Amino acid sequence: MQEHDLSYVRMEMINAREAPLRERGFVRWFRVNLFATPLDTVMTLLGLLFVAYFLPPVIRWALIDAVWSGPDRSVCATVAQGGIQPDGWSGACWAFVNAKFSQFMYGRYPVFERWRVDLTAVMFVALLVPLLVPRVPYKLWNALAFFVVLPLVAYFLLVGGAFGLPYVSTTLWGGLLVTMVLSFVGITVSLPMGILLALGRRSKMPVVKMICVIFIETVRGVPLVTVLFMASVMLPLFMPTGVTFDRFLRALVGVALFASAYMAEVIRGGLQAIPKGQYEGASSLGLGYWQSMGLIVMPQAIKLVIPGIVNTFIGLFKDTSLVYIIGMFDLLGIVRQNFADANWVSPQTPMSGLIFAGFVFWIFCFGMSRYSIYMERRLDTGHKS
Amino acid sequence: MATDTSLRGNEPPRAKKAARASWINDPWIRGIIYQVLVAVALIAFVYWIVGNTSENLRRANISSGFGFLGGRAGFDVSQSLIDYSADSTFGRALMVGLFNTLLVAVIGIVTATFLGFLIGVGRLSRNWLIAKICTVYVEIFRNLPPLLVIFFWYLGVLSVLPGPRDSLDLPFETFLNNRGFFMPKPVWGEGSWLIPLAFVVAIALSWFVARKAYRRQMATGQRFPVLRTALALIVGLPLLAYFLAGRPLTFDVPVLGAFNLQGGVQVAPEFLSLYLALSFYTASFIAEIVRAGILGVNKGQTEASYSLGLQPGLTLRLVVVPQALRIIIPPLTSQYLNLTKNSSLAVFIGYADLVQIGQTVMNQTGQAIEVVAIWMIIYLGLSLATSAFMNWYNARMALVER
Repeated sequence: MQEHDLSYVRMEMINAREAPLRERGFVRWFRVNLFATPLDTVMTLLGLLFVAYFLPPVIRWALIDAVWSGPDRSVCATVAQGGIQPDGWSGACWAFVNAKFSQFMYGRYPVFERWRVDLTAVMFVALLVPLLVPRVPYKLWNALAFFVVLPLVAYFLLVGGAFGLPYVSTTLWGGLLVTMVLSFVGITVSLPMGILLALGRRSKMPVVKMICVIFIETVRGVPLVTVLFMASVMLPLFMPTGVTFDRFLRALVGVALFASAYMAEVIRGGLQAIPKGQYEGASSLGLGYWQSMGLIVMPQAIKLVIPGIVNTFIGLFKDTSLVYIIGMFDLLGIVRQNFADANWVSPQTPMSGLIFAGFVFWIFCFGMSRYSIYMERRLDTGHKS
Repeated sequence: MATDTSLRGNEPPRAKKAARASWINDPWIRGIIYQVLVAVALIAFVYWIVGNTSENLRRANISSGFGFLGGRAGFDVSQSLIDYSADSTFGRALMVGLFNTLLVAVIGIVTATFLGFLIGVGRLSRNWLIAKICTVYVEIFRNLPPLLVIFFWYLGVLSVLPGPRDSLDLPFETFLNNRGFFMPKPVWGEGSWLIPLAFVVAIALSWFVARKAYRRQMATGQRFPVLRTALALIVGLPLLAYFLAGRPLTFDVPVLGAFNLQGGVQVAPEFLSLYLALSFYTASFIAEIVRAGILGVNKGQTEASYSLGLQPGLTLRLVVVPQALRIIIPPLTSQYLNLTKNSSLAVFIGYADLVQIGQTVMNQTGQAIEVVAIWMIIYLGLSLATSAFMNWYNARMALVER
């Protein structure tokens, strides 16, 4: 055997050379995500211009030039407008929000009784958080406490008139309190009512089906404002003479009826997506109608339409702002009402108040939609094709 | 409701079954009993309500019926598309409201669709900055109450604008101040009827060209630049007519007077804020629908189209968009309906729409039931008309399966 000289064969691999500059790090990121094509470059530049045009003035208005506290309107008005700010000044009037904050939260709820609202809020959060975190046990008891015990306790706490608590008329309620109570009751009423309506609409009994279809389609076809008008103007007419309805209750009835019609359609969508075999399987196990619906069909149907249900909740939460039309002051209503306060009239007041109200609404709605996305992922058993 | 599963048919005839089980367990009989109970309860409830209502109305001395519609309205309306004065009837006032509702709904739908498609496609862009801007837009507006957006424009932006004296000068002789938006008013001179005529002729010709081109492509495979031809026709013919008729179109430009701008067309701040808010709010929902629709088209469709040799633009137009539209149209319909219904929020800022005028009529005549009934019938009618149209369009676009 002839011996080969293998010395020219490399025994170790050399390290890979570093990728060229344009293919790595932020240069690559910029090239791929911002300047991929000439059109992309133009779009990026336009986008940058847009941001540069709008963002600095907004930040300047909302943070740098803003007024954070002050006794009255003078801090938020220029000299020409009767204030202390230099001419040409423009900034957010957070002092207005600061001064009116407790009103935005409680409305005209008596100051010495506000601990009752706070206590209710604490209980609400204390029961809601464990209900939302999947790992916490005792879900059934928790739900029972949240949906049955809490409303009862909250009713006696907020309205009073029993257990030595002075009575607080609902006409004094306002602000975030009204928004939260309306949405909570609307949500707890509309979900079961929506389920019943959806089942009724798919029922084989023509009378039941017809009633449900007419109710759902009528309510869905008209704006909430007209439903609220109906609840506020026509409900008193429908009742025997002498029976009066609390205005708050009228708003509740209107909002809950409206939301349940939308909820019914969402749940019907889920019911339609359940294959027939599931109904038949339930029957062949010997389950009756309510058992097969409650144990087999509904759990699957509701899981399918969680995003739709939460969207209806979000819609309901946003729609509570319309009760302003029948003379109730929810968060948006009370902010709006305070624009007329002569102590705080200034060109900056409306924008500041609205941005504050918008921020509160936004936090709640955004939170709900994020939680629904999380729940959807968690409950996804992979059965969806 | 025990009938649901057992009424499906494949069961022994009832006569045999009745011999085995008591009639009280027969789902068919049960179903009938339940329905009779429900019907009786409902009728009793309605009877009770009608009785209470007529009793209450009699006490309050309100006569029911729609006779009040012929009475003199006696109030003014800020914006009207048809002739209206305080001497007109209540019925005519409600007509004014209906037309104003339709006006803001139609213009709002067009703008929201345009904005929504732009933003929805923008969210899918490979361009990071554009996608982020669009995402921020959608997340902000989807999570705000529409009423807040209306207030934002009305109280936050438009009402704090400078007065007429210091109007903001915008391009094309338009002005913006706290009384609204002012723009030149076209004045049609003699012979100007030629221009709309030319426009109609151009549209008819374009349609004809498109059909012809489609047939030719089906028969021979040769393509014809339809879009460019149609654009040239629709822009060119009216321009030609304009010059042939001796340039009859002039503009009445708004000029600053003693207290307000004189001349031109004034768009009231109520209309402007309602229109802007509805368009911005609904656009965020339409953007999400468009995004879901485009994402819903299988990636294999795009790849197959590329492998057939189609350019990206043609792929989008001929393969992706037609399939995406099938997913988009049903939810888009409900957004259009939502926008129309949300236009009733006009009542909060005093834009003279159907609900606002209805409320005035209600306050003046006390005919609450009738006015609410009119609202419901009109909104239901609008809903049904819109869904009928969109269902027709959907059926045209739907997948034709063998």
